[in-house]
Amino acid sequence: MIELRGIHKAFGPNRVLRGVDLSVPRGESMVIIGGSGTGKSVLLKCILGLVKPDAGRILIQGEDATGLDRDAFLARFGMLFQGGALFDSLTVWQNVAFRLLRGAQKRPKAEAREIAIEKLRRVGLKPEVADLYPAELSGGMQKRVGLARAIAAEPEIIFFDEPTTGLDPIMAGVINELIREIVVEMGATAMTITHDMTSVRAIADDVAMLHDGVIQWTGPVANMDAAPDPYLQQFIHGRAEGPIEAVR
Amino acid sequence: MILAPVAAIGRSTLGGLAALGRIGLFLVATLSAALRPPFYFREFVHALWVIGYNSLPVVGLTAFFTGGALALQIYEGGSRFNAEQVVPSIVAIGMVRELGPVLGGLMVAARVASSIAAEIGTMKVTEQLDALVTLSTDPMRYLTVPRVLAATFAVPVLVAVGDSIGIFGGYVIGTGRLDLNAAAYLKNTADYLELWDITSGLIKGAVFGFIVALVGCYFGMNSERGAQGVGRATKSAVVTASILILAANYLLTELFFSA
Repeated sequence: MIELRGIHKAFGPNRVLRGVDLSVPRGESMVIIGGSGTGKSVLLKCILGLVKPDAGRILIQGEDATGLDRDAFLARFGMLFQGGALFDSLTVWQNVAFRLLRGAQKRPKAEAREIAIEKLRRVGLKPEVADLYPAELSGGMQKRVGLARAIAAEPEIIFFDEPTTGLDPIMAGVINELIREIVVEMGATAMTITHDMTSVRAIADDVAMLHDGVIQWTGPVANMDAAPDPYLQQFIHGRAEGPIEAVR
Repeated sequence: MILAPVAAIGRSTLGGLAALGRIGLFLVATLSAALRPPFYFREFVHALWVIGYNSLPVVGLTAFFTGGALALQIYEGGSRFNAEQVVPSIVAIGMVRELGPVLGGLMVAARVASSIAAEIGTMKVTEQLDALVTLSTDPMRYLTVPRVLAATFAVPVLVAVGDSIGIFGGYVIGTGRLDLNAAAYLKNTADYLELWDITSGLIKGAVFGFIVALVGCYFGMNSERGAQGVGRATKSAVVTASILILAANYLLTELFFSA
């Protein structure tokens, strides 16, 4: 279970997060929606410790994230980055098995490679891809490799940063389905940030909308369409008119 | 209005000093990362290959032409007071004390500081540095420490090779073009060159190598977003590394040879 209490973060005069409160129950899939530049990525990075919040507390299973041993803490997480963030100096299988080739979870090379190939198969990639370099793959394949890397060490918590951005609608659908299957299968707690409403409906158990630095609305995905919140309604229906100012 | 140029000078001076301070802090962070495990040996070996071996052609060619030009200049200058025979010893001393390490260092700065800054800068803007952290790997230990150590070991070796090629360049020009006696040239070179001349140059090489990799990593890790950000980081890395090399060269020369 992930619990965020009063998270604040400013970059200079730009106050991105102004007191975010959110809790994600264990094994649930939470999707955070919100316009571009509303601080969704910053929020995920705060939880991971990549960005230090100015104020507020982050609790993972009731324990303060800042007090935990950093390596052990990060070992519980997997993350799929927006652009894949694959290491282009390493082959596909070395990317997937990165965590298994060094550090506390180190395994023999052959075993790590075997796990990598199995994870690649899980995301729909053939073993032949294993020895290619990321630059030789299409955008959709890179996303899949990123997904395989995120799940390689069987994390308890997985973050997905804009998993369908830059993909064609069919590939986006495939990735959405994969994410849903994997999260259910692993019993992992998932947090996804996106502004793709198809993704939201495919992946989410719960939805939270971030606007103006706070959680504007949160609830089960089934309640989303009926919710009276005007911000939420404007966003999910993509209306230009409404309380959220659109720059024309 | 009149003060505007002065203010600009002040601003850039302050900016430069602040950058120097930040590089100093980065240096401390690098050293503290180097002292704590894990050490990524494979990355270190790879960096040795890229920084050291791959720089050999550039450093070798620079040294050869410099040695040759030095021989011509000293011959021309020496002939004004019938002292052509000083060519071998001055070429040798000039190469190993000054030109070998400084020109080698500058060539490595151009080749290596730029490529390190561009590589790490691109990793930063494509979130690969964040990805490293989420995979429980400290970018300082995984990227910076191996490169800085590799450059500190590799550049003195490059300097030694460059010194030899530079002296050889002087020999080729001296004997082939200036009609100096080959045996006398070699004897003169060996007789007047002292061990400390060579060692001091190699120490300079180690310091320059350290500077090049440290500055490259610093600007890469602090790169701003986008292609322009990476471009700026690369340019700043080369300029800063070159200036720091020349400044360090003066300080080290003062330390080694004054008094």
